[in-house]
Amino acid sequence: MPDIPDYINAATNFPGTVHPTAGGGIVISKLDEVINWARSNSLWPLVFGTSCCAIEMMSTAAPKYDWSRFGFEVARATPRQADVIIIAGTIVNKMAPVLKRLYDQMADPKYVIAMGACATSGGPFFYNTYSVVKGADHIIPVDVYIAGCPPRPEALLHALITLQQKITRGDTREQIKTDKS
Amino acid sequence: MTNESLTIQINDCLPGAVIESGTEWLTVLVSPSAWKPFASQLRYSPLLEFDFLFCVTGIDWKTHLSIVYHLRSTVHHHTLVVKSLLDRENPEIQTVADIWRTAEFHEREIYDLLGVNFLYHPDLRRLFMTDDHTGWPLRKDYEDPVNMIRL
Repeated sequence: MPDIPDYINAATNFPGTVHPTAGGGIVISKLDEVINWARSNSLWPLVFGTSCCAIEMMSTAAPKYDWSRFGFEVARATPRQADVIIIAGTIVNKMAPVLKRLYDQMADPKYVIAMGACATSGGPFFYNTYSVVKGADHIIPVDVYIAGCPPRPEALLHALITLQQKITRGDTREQIKTDKS
Repeated sequence: MTNESLTIQINDCLPGAVIESGTEWLTVLVSPSAWKPFASQLRYSPLLEFDFLFCVTGIDWKTHLSIVYHLRSTVHHHTLVVKSLLDRENPEIQTVADIWRTAEFHEREIYDLLGVNFLYHPDLRRLFMTDDHTGWPLRKDYEDPVNMIRL
């Protein structure tokens, strides 16, 4: 078997070992790890985009970058069925309560990716703007931040894989939120 | 219609109109009080028939405000720009929402962001900002110490 780097391995390989017995084998694993493995490989994103980052997000979903290779293809139009919200774009003061409400409506476990400069810090709208929230983490807790304005689809894929690694590592939600790696 | 013949027509409608030329589109400067009857003529005069108001702009020049109307005729295929200068302390101009329906929202936006009072507007209230917001965000001297970080 070729040497697969850990960062690919972690998200896809089933956690456990096969204990051979006569006529077959028994898979030995931990239930927590199996649950995390299942969760990380089937993260359903919410259809949520407020500006140009959403175009890059759509591109990431489209055939050229195709995030379904990593288990993200089931984009949901309702927060009740979504696992991860990708904040793709500027959050203005008027949008903030809507974002909070969408996040509150998502079922646990739920994850948040702040995509691009606006969602991370307000970005180009940090100074001299009356309407923009200076970072979506003022509204809801963020698990993974992506730099860029807008980030390339590769950067979004990297963030999604980073989130998968955090989940497979077995961190609790609180640990994921505070993890700076 | 060419800009030259349009100039003659405009002079008929509004004697002594201040007309700037030399740009792609003919530009007319009107006083706020003269604007409404002039707008009616532009819209309904058969030779002019500006049936499409494609942009309304508000500008804060610090000393005064100005409103710019971009008009086009889909019948005669000519374009006209009308400017009007407003007093900054008490900016008032009559609405043209009854002539061009699209002006209703354009004027609401300018009211919302620059505080221009469009007289007789059917529904002059906040558009982007919340109803309880105070102040005019696109005025050059607007300050919002809670939300704005000054550079």
